[in-house]
Amino acid sequence: MRIALFATCIVDAMYPRVALATVEVLERLGHEVVFPSGQACCSQMHINSGYLDDAVPVVRNHVETFMAADYDVAVAPSGSCVASLGHQQPMVARRAGDEALARDAETVAGRTHELSQLLTDVLGVTDAAAQLGSWFPHTVTYHPSCHGMRLLRLGDRQRDLVRTIGGIDYRELPDAEECCGFGGTFSMKLPDVSGAMADEKIDNVRRTGAEVLTGGDASCLLHLGGALSRRGTVTDEGRPVRTVHFAELLASTRERPLDVDGPVELSIPGGRRRPAACAAEEAAR
Amino acid sequence: MTRTALGIPTVRPVHGHGAIALDQPFRQSAQEQLGNAQMRANIRHATHTIRGKRARVVEELPDWQELRRAGSALKQQVMADLPALLEQLEANVTARGGVVHWARDASEANRIITELVKAKGVDEVIKVKSMATQEIELEEALKAEGVAAVETDLAELIVQLGHDRPSHILVPAIHKNREQIREIFVREMAETDETLTSEPRDLAEAARRHLREKFLSTSVAISGANFGVAETGTLAVVESEGNGRMCLTLPETLITVMGIEKLVPTFQDLEVFLQLLPRSSTGERMNPYTSMWTGVTEGDGPQEFHLVLLDNGRSAVLSDPEGRSALHCIRCSACMNVCPVYEQTGGHAYGSVYPGPIGAILSPQLTGVEEGANGTLPYASSLCGACYDVCPVAIDIPSILVHLRDEEVQAAHAAKRTAIREAEGPVATARAAVRAAVPSQMDLMMAGARTVMSSGARMAAVERGLPAGRAAAGPDRVLGWLPGIAGGWTDQRDVPAPPRESFRNWWTRNRGADATAAPAARSVEPADVSEREEEDK
Repeated sequence: MRIALFATCIVDAMYPRVALATVEVLERLGHEVVFPSGQACCSQMHINSGYLDDAVPVVRNHVETFMAADYDVAVAPSGSCVASLGHQQPMVARRAGDEALARDAETVAGRTHELSQLLTDVLGVTDAAAQLGSWFPHTVTYHPSCHGMRLLRLGDRQRDLVRTIGGIDYRELPDAEECCGFGGTFSMKLPDVSGAMADEKIDNVRRTGAEVLTGGDASCLLHLGGALSRRGTVTDEGRPVRTVHFAELLASTRERPLDVDGPVELSIPGGRRRPAACAAEEAAR
Repeated sequence: MTRTALGIPTVRPVHGHGAIALDQPFRQSAQEQLGNAQMRANIRHATHTIRGKRARVVEELPDWQELRRAGSALKQQVMADLPALLEQLEANVTARGGVVHWARDASEANRIITELVKAKGVDEVIKVKSMATQEIELEEALKAEGVAAVETDLAELIVQLGHDRPSHILVPAIHKNREQIREIFVREMAETDETLTSEPRDLAEAARRHLREKFLSTSVAISGANFGVAETGTLAVVESEGNGRMCLTLPETLITVMGIEKLVPTFQDLEVFLQLLPRSSTGERMNPYTSMWTGVTEGDGPQEFHLVLLDNGRSAVLSDPEGRSALHCIRCSACMNVCPVYEQTGGHAYGSVYPGPIGAILSPQLTGVEEGANGTLPYASSLCGACYDVCPVAIDIPSILVHLRDEEVQAAHAAKRTAIREAEGPVATARAAVRAAVPSQMDLMMAGARTVMSSGARMAAVERGLPAGRAAAGPDRVLGWLPGIAGGWTDQRDVPAPPRESFRNWWTRNRGADATAAPAARSVEPADVSEREEEDK
């Protein structure tokens, strides 16, 4: 199958590792991945901030790029951005009086899946260890991001994939369905409320004893990872608690495991697998 | 040649006023509340308890989603036929011996009610818990005319005796715990003393003794209404304590204030709402008391009945196709019980008697987004969508929040344009006007992002600057401070060092620029990685 990757702006610019992991997992299953180079952003930031006029060219760019590209299905490692394609882009186009763009937006949205949707519903992956060779021998808990849960109704798709990773010690997160407090520009406009929401989430993560918090939206993980870093949150064993996108956990294998012991740094293109020499050097410093 | 517009009057929506406006930006009011640890603990405990109860009684109904759809459809029908249904209600109430009054806004409603009360020559009335009377600040209006209005709902009584404001639609004293309630009772109730304990039974008994005398001695009661049935002229109040029923049956005169959106077309339609409301609000299968009355009945209950139909901005809400479903609200409070923002800030931060998600869409629509700081309310949400999921009449609150944000941005931009036009005055005024007209940081950020994010090529160009951001992060690879509005982010969180290269630029180098080009390299080479790791050191 020819799969078009919609990396999403935040993964593209801040978490390239997540896009690389997505490519790796899909190629491992024998599919061809293409990256329509005109893509930029779903426009959700503009829409949710109330700048619906400014959202129009961003929507148009996304829709035209994915209408012109040649692929069977599109995928994005984000529930929120995929939800925006279907729930918001047609609305923005109609509001601007462009019915043709609205219909094209609906077409593109209909062809675009969130990663766990694609893996589970289209590619039939039910066991990450057996079918993807995923291996991650760490304690992990999982936060289901709101838009994937409530707009895409992903249900347990992401969680079930994570739970079937080889070697994993999975811990259920209390009050998992409560928002982490990211909310796009909400996080900047109401930082104290957003931070208080992050505190609650982090308290619950601490209760699980997990060293890794995973999820399906890099934006929420950027917020939670930044809050964990600021608060210096550590596990009972004194290890810093990290956020890692579930695509990276799926891409991690026994032969080339994802390293979670490096400095608090979440994204290095191509650096998903830290060579042994490097890690040793780091430890020596 | 001059043109004259003929025949089309400019109809401007009449906005409402009362206890529905926030007087300072939500960020500030929220910050004040966040400092109140006791209040936050009380709210957290109470909302989590109610939320759990609601979830259990909703799960046991196999047709819950159908009920929600039915509730939503009925309310849509009501809004579409509102003028005709209101006149039908008026005709039926009148035919059964009631008197109907029409109030354009809070002031008119208060004037009507005050005159009715004064005509009875009393200086005290008893009140059934009612959001509409809180909205119009009836208690204050009556007080100004020398009439005391005694709240008879236990939680409203606590708020009233505590000289406080309600912070929740259903549980107005949700921000108080029982120890705090005990203190209020001991201080304010003549009948109690220091021997009162904080046991719920004892607190309820104290309130009962305090109120019983009022029920038996007061001749005028004021209520709201949960529903008004157009077909029959029947009004309904749904409650838990029975104190409402005391007010609705014992006094000689009953005055009911009802928002015009509270209508249902037929008596049978109550069947849907009387299932939706108690399960959503108190988490009960059925509420203990449902009182219904139609006009007056000789020898039974109040012999004089007045119905005040309140607009107070509701027609303005109805005129907006994208926001009008906020009027479908049946005031159950399920949305605030699941809202993670409300859970942190409590209800007072919203500055309106309607707090939480429904308040964030209702208050700014009733008053207009330009009123006070109500334009900041639609931003009081992370758009997590929990409210929409639990709303018994399926109001898409997140979409309306986004719509109102757009309205607020447009209103702010229009105000800037006006400021620029007015800049042609004296120099001092002109300077102030120009300052007012300067685009906000958010405007600039959004305009910049629009340009960059509407082209893959421009994204690629901007992303070539990532190494500079990485250098700024320094050896600990964390950014702890950002300027301007981005400082809102770093107030609470670090930013990890940006990557050396964006995914897009990596892809272009390794897999070729175009999506349709044949993939060159098929895998991520570890050698390539270590090379660049070394470079970075």
